[in-house]
Amino acid sequence: MTVSRAPPPSPSGSDISGISGHTPSPPSPSLPSPGLQPVVPASTRRARVPRWLRRTTGPLLLLALWQLLSGTGALPADVLASPGRIAQVGWDLIGDGSLPSAMGTSLRRVALGLLLGTVTGTGLALLSGLFRIGEDLVDAPVQMLRTVPFVGLIPLFIIWFGIGETPKIAIITLGVTFPLYLNVYAGIRGVDSQLIEAGESLGLSRWGLVRHVVLPGALPGALTGLRYSLGVSWLALVFAEQVNADSGIGFLMVQARDFLRTDVIVVCLIVYAFLGLLADFIVRSLERLLLQWRPTFTGR
Amino acid sequence: MATDVHGPLTGHAVHVEGLTRSFDGRAVIDDLRLDIAPGEFVALLGRSGCGKSTLLRILAGLDRDIEGTALVPRRRAVAFQAPRLMPWKKVWRNVLLGLPGRAERSLAARALDEVGLGHRVDAWPKTLSGGEAQRASLARALVREPDLLLLDEPFGALDALTRIKAQRLVGELWQRRGCAVLLVTHDVEEAVLLADRVLVMDGGRIAHEERIGLDRPREITDPRFAALRARLLERLGVDTAAAAA
Repeated sequence: MTVSRAPPPSPSGSDISGISGHTPSPPSPSLPSPGLQPVVPASTRRARVPRWLRRTTGPLLLLALWQLLSGTGALPADVLASPGRIAQVGWDLIGDGSLPSAMGTSLRRVALGLLLGTVTGTGLALLSGLFRIGEDLVDAPVQMLRTVPFVGLIPLFIIWFGIGETPKIAIITLGVTFPLYLNVYAGIRGVDSQLIEAGESLGLSRWGLVRHVVLPGALPGALTGLRYSLGVSWLALVFAEQVNADSGIGFLMVQARDFLRTDVIVVCLIVYAFLGLLADFIVRSLERLLLQWRPTFTGR
Repeated sequence: MATDVHGPLTGHAVHVEGLTRSFDGRAVIDDLRLDIAPGEFVALLGRSGCGKSTLLRILAGLDRDIEGTALVPRRRAVAFQAPRLMPWKKVWRNVLLGLPGRAERSLAARALDEVGLGHRVDAWPKTLSGGEAQRASLARALVREPDLLLLDEPFGALDALTRIKAQRLVGELWQRRGCAVLLVTHDVEEAVLLADRVLVMDGGRIAHEERIGLDRPREITDPRFAALRARLLERLGVDTAAAAA
């Protein structure tokens, strides 16, 4: 295809027409055409299988393989029960009420531990994040205690608190406190100093700065901390319930271990995973609600 | 020496005398003297690092490690080079942030209307373009009804076309509001276009002063404009032989 150009209209009466009167020569027809290729719209290249289907295929294949191995006897039941058997046992456990009551007990422990840990962790972080004196007094001891693996404190807690609910909740509280402290503290200290200066120039008081600039700025960090804490809280629950429990999901597992009931153990593991997913979902929803202002990349 | 940043006004919107600000023993502002009349538009030029932004921060009350006298009005507002909107507050809440008492949303809407942003009252700052965010920042400054408006290179980060529009807007707002303005900039053209008086800062003090007597609205193509521009560029140490050619 050639583009023919009309010569520019002669600007009569203008004295520069003599200088700029040169007409650009049309493209030379002797140049070879550079082999064109179509730009394919992205939509026609997209696979037709929906994404959710592709993503569920992997786990389903794994489940089928597991069932096959159990059915042929390659995977004995006292090593790992078959998926069918596990589903049956899970149904029975729900039916006789032992699983719901165990779940209730475990959930209450986590909720209490989480509440206490959140209050402690956030409170300490506010203290050391907002006040220089608080930082000097609080940060060093917390950073030292943080390095102690909290699970290692179980024997000490049993000596202090006995074998009831208290040591279990204390372990969860301890596990939850540190990730929250670290993230809230880092969030407060990471607030853009330019925004703080802008707030000052707008005449905000110290409390106004904290309320309108520092705390909202620390919120993303706080929610990251909350997510970590939820993960840790389930971990702490598993450890706490393996010791001297007479109720809860951990107790079900310990009992099942004594009777070599791999099916019950797997059911309990699934329940743990399900509760973990649920907690993660709650935090994600919170983030969507509270952080909708954030200009971040959300994936394509 | 008296260092009073809330002094009463007696015929001045800004009165600065013997002002010194040192960083590690090096005086960035050295015995500086500056008066701005109420309603006057003053542009402050200078090479980068000459202390012009430091002076603006002092007048804004953000830097108080000073010696000497600096008198500024109680009602003053700043617009920075970056819009510095709080990303977690919608535009109208950003505009009202820091206002005493219970500020009304309609107040913010009026201020946003004035900068041509009335349709973005409920937007999140992340959805604003660079020019829109800068205008929101201007609205936030104007809603305070300042007697002194401090502008720290507010057009520096805008693209060329948006900058022209924003400069025009500031000129209009100033004529309507009648507040004193101190515009810190490194753009000589911008200074000559907007200001009643252009100051050149060098060595920590005001080294040169130029009254701009051109009628408004000003045209860049005016030969007197070009002459002023060349003279100021020379003062700033830029070789004007090329500019004159």
